[in-house]
Amino acid sequence: MLRWLMGGGREPQGLSEKSSVQSLGEEQIQNPYTELLVLKGHHDIVRFLVQIDDCRFASAGDDGIVFLWNAQTGEKLFELHGHMHKITAIAAFPSSGACEEKNHLILTASADRTVIVWDCNSGREVQKVSCFHSTVKCLTVLQRLDVWLSGGSDLCVWNRKLDLLCKTSHLTDADISALVELPKNCVAAAVGKELIIFRLVVSTEGSEGWDVLEVKRLADHKDNILSLVSVNDLTFVTGSHVGELIVWDALDWISQVCDCSTWDPSFHTVTQKEIKLSQNQHEVSIQHLTSDAECVFAAVGKGIYVYNLQMKRVIACQRTAHDSIVLHIAKLPNRQLVSCSEDGSVRIWELREKQQLPAEPVPTGFLNMWGFGRANKQASQTAKKMQESTSSYSLELIGDLIGHSSAVQMFLYFSELGLVTCSADHLIILWKDGERESRLRSLTLFQKLEQNDDLQLRF
Amino acid sequence: MISAPDVVAFTKEEEFEEEAYNEPSLPEEYSVPLFPFANHGANPWSKFSGSKFTKDFILISEFSEQVGPQPLLTIPDDAKVSGTFDLNYFSLRIMSVDYQASFVGHPPGCSYPKLNFVEDSKVVLGDSKEGAFAYVHHLTLYDLEARGFVRPFCMAYISTDEHKIMQQFQELSTEFSKASECLKTGNRKAFANELEKKLKDLDYTRTVLHNETEIQKKANDKGFYTTQAIEKANELASVEKSIIEHQDLLKQIRSYPYRKLKDSDFHPYEPECALDQANASVDQDSTTSNPDDPGETHLYARMPSYTPKLIKAKSAKCFDKKLKTLEELCDVYFFTQTLDQLNQIEKTFRGDVCYLLTNQICKALLKQQSITNFLFEDKSVLDEKPAEKQYSGCQGSNQDTVNTKCLEESPVPKVLISLESYKSSVESVPIKMEQEIEDSQEPEVTEPIAFDQENLEYLDADIKGSISSGESIEVLGTEKSTVVLTKSESQASLPIHPSPQVVRSKAVSRRTISEDSIEVLSLCPSESLIPEDFKASYPSAINEESYADDDCRGIHISPSLNPSNVEEMEGNSEQEKLLPVDSACCIGKESPHFLEPLADLTHKHCDDDGVVSIPPQPYRQVDQGFHVNFTDCSSHDDVSGGLLSYELDPRYLSSREASRISLDEYSDSTSYVSSAASTCSETPSPAHPLSHINERHKKKAGQNALKFIRQYPFAHPAVYSLLSGRTLIVLGEDEAMVKKLVTALSIFVPSCGVYAKPVKHWVTSPLNIMDFQKWKLIGLQRVVSPAGVNMLHSLGRYSRYISILDADSKTLRCPLYKGTLVPRLADHRTQIKRGSTYYMHVQNILTQLCSKAFLYAFCHHLHLPINETETEESIVSRRMNFLKLHLGLVNEDVKVVQYLAELLKLQYVQEPVSGINPMLRFDYVPSFLYKI
Repeated sequence: MLRWLMGGGREPQGLSEKSSVQSLGEEQIQNPYTELLVLKGHHDIVRFLVQIDDCRFASAGDDGIVFLWNAQTGEKLFELHGHMHKITAIAAFPSSGACEEKNHLILTASADRTVIVWDCNSGREVQKVSCFHSTVKCLTVLQRLDVWLSGGSDLCVWNRKLDLLCKTSHLTDADISALVELPKNCVAAAVGKELIIFRLVVSTEGSEGWDVLEVKRLADHKDNILSLVSVNDLTFVTGSHVGELIVWDALDWISQVCDCSTWDPSFHTVTQKEIKLSQNQHEVSIQHLTSDAECVFAAVGKGIYVYNLQMKRVIACQRTAHDSIVLHIAKLPNRQLVSCSEDGSVRIWELREKQQLPAEPVPTGFLNMWGFGRANKQASQTAKKMQESTSSYSLELIGDLIGHSSAVQMFLYFSELGLVTCSADHLIILWKDGERESRLRSLTLFQKLEQNDDLQLRF
Repeated sequence: MISAPDVVAFTKEEEFEEEAYNEPSLPEEYSVPLFPFANHGANPWSKFSGSKFTKDFILISEFSEQVGPQPLLTIPDDAKVSGTFDLNYFSLRIMSVDYQASFVGHPPGCSYPKLNFVEDSKVVLGDSKEGAFAYVHHLTLYDLEARGFVRPFCMAYISTDEHKIMQQFQELSTEFSKASECLKTGNRKAFANELEKKLKDLDYTRTVLHNETEIQKKANDKGFYTTQAIEKANELASVEKSIIEHQDLLKQIRSYPYRKLKDSDFHPYEPECALDQANASVDQDSTTSNPDDPGETHLYARMPSYTPKLIKAKSAKCFDKKLKTLEELCDVYFFTQTLDQLNQIEKTFRGDVCYLLTNQICKALLKQQSITNFLFEDKSVLDEKPAEKQYSGCQGSNQDTVNTKCLEESPVPKVLISLESYKSSVESVPIKMEQEIEDSQEPEVTEPIAFDQENLEYLDADIKGSISSGESIEVLGTEKSTVVLTKSESQASLPIHPSPQVVRSKAVSRRTISEDSIEVLSLCPSESLIPEDFKASYPSAINEESYADDDCRGIHISPSLNPSNVEEMEGNSEQEKLLPVDSACCIGKESPHFLEPLADLTHKHCDDDGVVSIPPQPYRQVDQGFHVNFTDCSSHDDVSGGLLSYELDPRYLSSREASRISLDEYSDSTSYVSSAASTCSETPSPAHPLSHINERHKKKAGQNALKFIRQYPFAHPAVYSLLSGRTLIVLGEDEAMVKKLVTALSIFVPSCGVYAKPVKHWVTSPLNIMDFQKWKLIGLQRVVSPAGVNMLHSLGRYSRYISILDADSKTLRCPLYKGTLVPRLADHRTQIKRGSTYYMHVQNILTQLCSKAFLYAFCHHLHLPINETETEESIVSRRMNFLKLHLGLVNEDVKVVQYLAELLKLQYVQEPVSGINPMLRFDYVPSFLYKI
């Protein structure tokens, strides 16, 4: 029982001994987050974080309360009550026109089949829409058109004043679980295994109105689509529960199928093969996708994979990045990647280019290497690292943030201000750069001294 | 500890005698005389070990009109305290210095008795033969049966150490004033009650006599009076007179000025005294049940039970042979409260003067370190600050809290007997009575009440004889005192308004609110000063406890006289100090002065009549007085020679000299009259009920800490963890042991704010990140169960934030420490043996550390660029340079100072109302496991 204590090891043993997750010692030179602030307020799992502007964010979760926070000070700005049930989707609705005064709105959808629009500056409920037939599962703002979409059992289009512009017919097979904006006024909606493309067209009746048309149904996925992300104007990516990752052409989704064939077969097929072996779909489900201009980052099971769109292959991966399923990943500007997981930790990775390229990949070995769900069987971590070096890049763990005692649902990166994480333990933690905070405090201190004229008085 | 150097000092000299023979004897001039009292087993530092008592004590004595000066009680109430010390003799001594030997009774030219609102006098008296020195606080209490209605008492703080008395004079005076005020408050209530009873008796007697006279009148219709009838008539007349007299006394006692309330040190109900509250609650249970008007119901419930007695003629003036005890004189409640206060005083001033002084200096200095002192200092010390603000700023807001408390605690005696009922048949002049709501902002209500003229004359007479001396230490001035005399003359030369009928001088002595003036009073009865506390105000209710409370209003009357008797009357509001009211404005309309803000009044003093009527004011710069001159103090070699800076402060000398002149000439050789020129509010009052608890706590914590650093070789990294803000968890199965360790280590924990230290003594549930943010030292229960495993798991998970001290297996897991600071703080080979000493040692080093942190945090260039082009790196290097070279910090010590500086910044920057938790700062450093 005392082993963790007596051992005197340098690693958080409780976790690391269970699995062979790569762990970092207690010295984390590159980890800038040396200060944390716990924000308490929620009574239940906090699932969503959304950035409002440079220094504010909103959090929402299963308790149905929305909190607005100051990301710099951690001050609780507003506590928004209105929903009876847990919140299922949240989206920020930034002010559109430059002429308008800045009124930041956020939209929240709840399991009580309502959507509420909140004013972030006053903390008041602007309007409540409660004419939904089912729970709204996703919200998307089309900034360009100044409309927002709600997706549930049907897709509704609303304008800023909360007038229902149009809606689709009832989708029988499944609800819309994700929405992504595509060029040419199109929207891709993940409905179960299918991906449905809708197009917004100007309605014939009035100038304000829009009509929504179903353009295409894409049934390439064999399981439910869990994540949907737009990479750029030309591409978007979907990931499914069984680990299929399909890159689509955003403009011409009809030819998308062809594109899918060019999609790295090893990745695609091997996942499926492995599923048959392990039967543990959780291990390979693509929970979250994110991308920058050239790469797609996928949270696959416990691991993180980096797929390069140009090279059309996985360039780096970390199969067991966490002890448990990775729930959210994000790319930071400085080649860093942050992931959070059900194991309660947040890890910071750096995508590093390998100096010397090892031997060319052998297809069979490649297959083996990419085996999902085998991570636990691999005893030696160093050996694994060697294998990973086949890719030209590698993901190096540069820091981990341990604070939450339960699954970290999501995080928000506020560049300078730090990182906000929310978790199932009802807490939100604001991670900050201690050095910077110290400097800022000094600055405030001297400002206050000057203000109080204490400089003369005291010295 | 054989090698301890102090062994020699305590060795008996005989043991060294043999050796001494061998050595060449010292020349006479170098030899040190043997300590004369060494045989008595006293230590050589005790100056007056020849005295017959060892510990300081408080003596209450009375100048009994029957037996002369007699000791009443001592505090502590223990025969051992005074030992062989002759209390009777000493009582005689201390009672004999009361210069205010109250002039009472019937003043010449006036046939009516009156009360003197005599201020307490405070003197220092010494008896070198007895080896006793005393601070003597004289006060008078009223007793209807006593001669002149007054009973002189005195409370004396008796010590063997003259310096202690002299140097603690101010504090003693403050504390004793509180006690005295408490006694007097109780006494006034009791006296008023007594008077009321007496009046009832007299009223009853009058009725009886009147009836008898009527019967006699009817019985003989011959047209002439029998001797019997004449006798009866005389008797009736004397009863009438007696009624008037008593009525007047009642008015006088009720009109007791509430000036005192504004006194900073007037707290008859010490809010700190838990004991008192307990008493009070017991006492007042019956009254508090009716929140509306507790006093009234209380008294009404009791009073009807009093049946008036017939008073025999002439009996009114007769003395009971048995005088009332002190307890009877001033209400049990107030008496016990006074005793508590005195006990508190005794406790506070216990110990050597050096100790007291050091404590006071320490506190004063700590107050200066307003920015850093929250880190390691006791909350009790810091808490005093707001308390003292209350004292000094007592004029306003504080009043409310005190008052509400008072209201709760004591029954408010209401007027039970209407003044009207005593209206005699004598021709009465209607005079105006201004009923003023105490809050002078409110409009006044006038209410005509008839008064007989004679009452007005009492008023004059009363005015004449009464002397008030404020809170000040009076220099006992007589006609001979030259310096003094000019002053007293200046007071005597106040405008005299000759009236055609009576030549009465009325001097208006307008005082400032400050009570700290050094006043020289002339005691000539002919020079009547109108004391500020004798006001022409006649509250119809005695509401001593509800001073500024609006509910209980006092009625003031500004009696206006008939034009022939042109006299200037003083109408005073209770809020204001002697506000002179012109006769013109007194008649017919309310005095507008009541409505004036207080601030104006202070100016009014001088320019009103163009007469200097203000006593000389010493500088009231007490705020600085104490600490500004600290350097003077420290340079002063002789500790006992007067460390308190106000003694050294040249600004006070002028006033002090004045007092010394009179002192040298007129006071007897051993009695000193000190002029402590400061209000007591700023001087740190050592009396703090918590201080004793803290003292014990400190001692215990110090002892445990000492044990810890001796017992655990890895004490240094543990202390480092605490100082650098890394939460230390003390893990163990035994609650007592864990708590003990936590207590020991808590002295090293810097506070994060002005509230309590972030120490949690005992936790049984698993910890989460919030706990580390909130607590810096946690005692955690080790559970041998699945839950326990879970707990350990969470500890392992958060290992980067915490250091873990396992009390059961005696291991410590924490980062490495290689600095030099902690070894000084926690040296396991330390020679310090006592807990309190070690505690002080720790405080000492921590204070040094605080100053470093302060320097670091408040040096501008260490944190901000000197010019815009400067890079962050150069600032960082400058910062490290400063820490290492200037502050001399090694390795991890830097982190300690940085952490403390961070706390200082936070504290300084923090908005007072922000409820944000302090953030958790941490480092990514490896931990190591230490074992014994």
